[in-house]
Parts: sequence; C-alpha cells; structure tokens
Amino acid sequence: MIRVENLWKSFGRQEVLRGVSFEVKQGEFMALIGGSGGGKSLLLKLLVSLLKPDKGQIWVSGRDVAVFSRPELESLRSRIGFVFQGGALFDSMTVYDNVAFPLREKTRLGEPEIRRKVTDELELVGLRGAEHKYPAQLSGGMLKRVALARALVRDPEIVLFDEPTTGLDPVVSRAVLELFGAVHHRLQLTGILVSHEIPRIFEIVQKVAMLHEGRIVAVETPERLRASPDPVIQQFVDGKPSAQACLSGGTGLR
Amino acid sequence: MFLGQTLLDSLTPPVKGERILRQIWFIGWKSMLVIALTGTFTGMVVALQGFPTLRRVGSEALLGPMVSLSLIRELGPVLTALMVTGRAGSAIAAEIGIMRSSEQLDALELMGLDPLRYVVVPNVLAALLALPVLTVVFDVIGTLGGYLVGVRLLGLNGGTYFGEMSNYVELRDIWGGIYKALAFGLLIGWVCCYKGYHSRFGAEGVSAATTQAVVNASVLILVCDYFVTSVVF
Repeated sequence: MIRVENLWKSFGRQEVLRGVSFEVKQGEFMALIGGSGGGKSLLLKLLVSLLKPDKGQIWVSGRDVAVFSRPELESLRSRIGFVFQGGALFDSMTVYDNVAFPLREKTRLGEPEIRRKVTDELELVGLRGAEHKYPAQLSGGMLKRVALARALVRDPEIVLFDEPTTGLDPVVSRAVLELFGAVHHRLQLTGILVSHEIPRIFEIVQKVAMLHEGRIVAVETPERLRASPDPVIQQFVDGKPSAQACLSGGTGLR
Repeated sequence: MFLGQTLLDSLTPPVKGERILRQIWFIGWKSMLVIALTGTFTGMVVALQGFPTLRRVGSEALLGPMVSLSLIRELGPVLTALMVTGRAGSAIAAEIGIMRSSEQLDALELMGLDPLRYVVVPNVLAALLALPVLTVVFDVIGTLGGYLVGVRLLGLNGGTYFGEMSNYVELRDIWGGIYKALAFGLLIGWVCCYKGYHSRFGAEGVSAATTQAVVNASVLILVCDYFVTSVVF
C-alpha cells in the first residue's frame, strides 16, 4: 500500500533523512518510533507531499507520488486521513463544522447526508453532544478525538497519526490510543502512527519501524522489537538514556 | 510570485464569496469607527492649523478647498491605509501565522483546498474593496470635521466653506484618492497575508510576522504614496 525507498531529505546542511526505506501493507497498522527531532513527522509530511524529498521514491497503491499531477495528488490526499499533533482544528468553527468541513468543501453531499456522516463519526469517537463546542472549549483528549473524526469523515483508506498523544495525561493518552486501535480494527484502515508512547502503542500496531540517525534501523513486530538485542533499540524501548546523552542533553540514543 | 498567484486565484473560480464578505465585514465595517474618529480629528486639525495661515495671506475663504483637497488627495488614503494596517492588517497576519503554526494551513492543503485561495484571496480582495469605501468615509467625515472647526469655532461662513470647495475640488482629485486607496488595499492584503503565510512556528514566529507585516506595510504605503502621487496627479 505504502512503500518508501531510499528517501533523503535535508534542511541546509542538516541531513534529517538519510536513505529511509520501509513498506506498509494494506490494512496494516505500523508505529514509527525514534528520538525527538529525528524526522518522523517530516516523513509523514513527505508521504502526503506537503514537502518534497531530495531523493528517493514514495509509492502509494503502486504509484510513484512524485509524478502525480495536482488533481492526482488531490485524489490521493482524499484517500488519506491525517491526524495532526495539535489537532489542527479550525478555531473559528464548531466541532460539527470542523468535521463537516471536508464534506462541504470537497463533496456534493447534501446537508442531511453530511449531518448523518458527521453524527456517525462523532459517535464513533465518543463525542456525541459536543457538536456545538469550539476547539478552545475542548480538552486535549477531545481535540484529538475531533481530529480523528475529521480525518475519518471522508472514509479514507490510509490514516496517518502524527504524535497524537502529545500533551495528554497517561489515562487520556491510553484512551486515545485504544480508540485509534479500535477504529483501525473496525474499519480495516492502513495506518502509520508516530508516537513515543512505548509500550502502549505496541498493543495496537502490527509492526514497528524505528528511525535512528536518519535511517530505519529496524522494522519488526512489537514482540520481536522488544526482544531485539540491539542496544540502540533496547535503550529506546526501555527509555533509558545513556549517561553521555544525559550529560550532553541529547536523546539518549547511541 | 505570491502576489501573482493570489491575483490569478482571485480571477479564476471557485471564488469564496462568503469568506470575502466576511472579511469585508471584518476589514471594512469593523474599521469604520476608528476611521470616523481619525477622519474627524484630522479634518479638525487641518482646519485649525490652516485657518490662521490662510488668514495671514487673506485667503480664509479657501479653507474648505484646503481641508478637502488635503484629505481627498493625501491624508484620507494614507491615514486610512495606516489605520487599517494597524487594526486589521496585524490581525490578518497574526491569524494566518497562527494557522500556519498550528498546521491548519497544512490541514487545508491535505483536504485538497488551496490555502492561498481559501485564506489569502478573500483577505486581499476584501482589503482591495474596503479601502476605497473607508477612504471616502474618512474624506467626508474629515471635511465635516473641518467644517466644525472652520465654521462653528472660527467663524468662517458655511456657504463659503462648501462653495469654494466645489470650485476647487475636481473629479480627478477624487479619482486620484480612490486609485491610491486601491493600491494601498492591495498592498495591505498582500504584505500582511504574505508575512502571516510565511510566519515561523511558535509564538515568537507569529509575533515577529505580525510586527513585520505592520512595519513593512506602513513603510510601503508611504513609498507607494509617492509613486502613485507622481503618476496620478
């Protein structure tokens, strides 16, 4: 479904991605883990062509995204739901209008049909009754749920989650991740989840890719990743920084 | 390039009429009070400063033309543009900057909506349409402010004030002011949207973008004023 081959991306002299390759099959839910500032969110933005890679290919459903025309890119994006780190909800709109927005702007559905779909999505994420609230009136967990509802409202085949639990307390964070897992299971979506919530994300994904120093150093099932003897992986999975990293203020990964 | 793409998007469908109207309300209608106040006191002070000077050369009767021509040709368009930059331009830059920072512009793009067309075009068109109207309001209220001081306070004959005005103010003066207002409207929309659109992330980035938008637009208004004046009048 999604195949990334030898992807490179630099900003000035800083090489963030240095030959990233991985594959996500249809219906698969993959977690992308790695140190902060390592390029995970950047990778998601490259997948949806918000940014262009310096080198390498991204294949979605067997087609190279780089050669897509603008209408083809729009068509691809309509098949992808994206849950942003901060939700990226429109401040001036209510929850209902935020979720209805993609349908009003990009489909020819009538208002009754839109109402039905929006209600269904809000029901799915457990937010019936919050339709008239504005984003500023929502808690962090509710924001993420609305963002998920908006991402799902056009029935995407692929959903990308960019650190969706950042800033949430452990209880809400767990609830949100369980919701994502349940939605993926129910709708059989293909998904990539960027998160630091280890080991919680291991319970909802089929495989985990670890990004380290600009490269994917492992793509394994959660069980195999946990059992990996690689000290870099173990260090990250166990959340134990090296003494040197503690002193230098780095990520802790050697 | 940013301006060129914006203008191209303005001329090609789909045009977001509802958003343009909302921005006209925000930029135009919500600036009305500040424009009325600024216009009143500008007209009053021009009359107050001009009257003694004119009396020295025995030309008090020309107070009306002096006030109205100062407002129509110069002060009206420039001060209106500066006030709108401060009130609405800063808000536009901050709003778009926050949308950039909170990834709302990216979200629009991923929904297949062009952020330029959806966010920038309505603001530029609204500024372009609102500025001439606000400038006319400024001119009219300023002229009445001049009347208050010149006629009611300093004792000039009311008929002379308006009579001489109609003798000296020509249509090309009014059109010149309107052209200036159109140029300043485009400039405010362009600079403030551009700065917000290319804002850096975070509070500091949005703050810097807002400041730059106001400063750059204000300076460019004055620079543009010179060139438009030299071409139009």
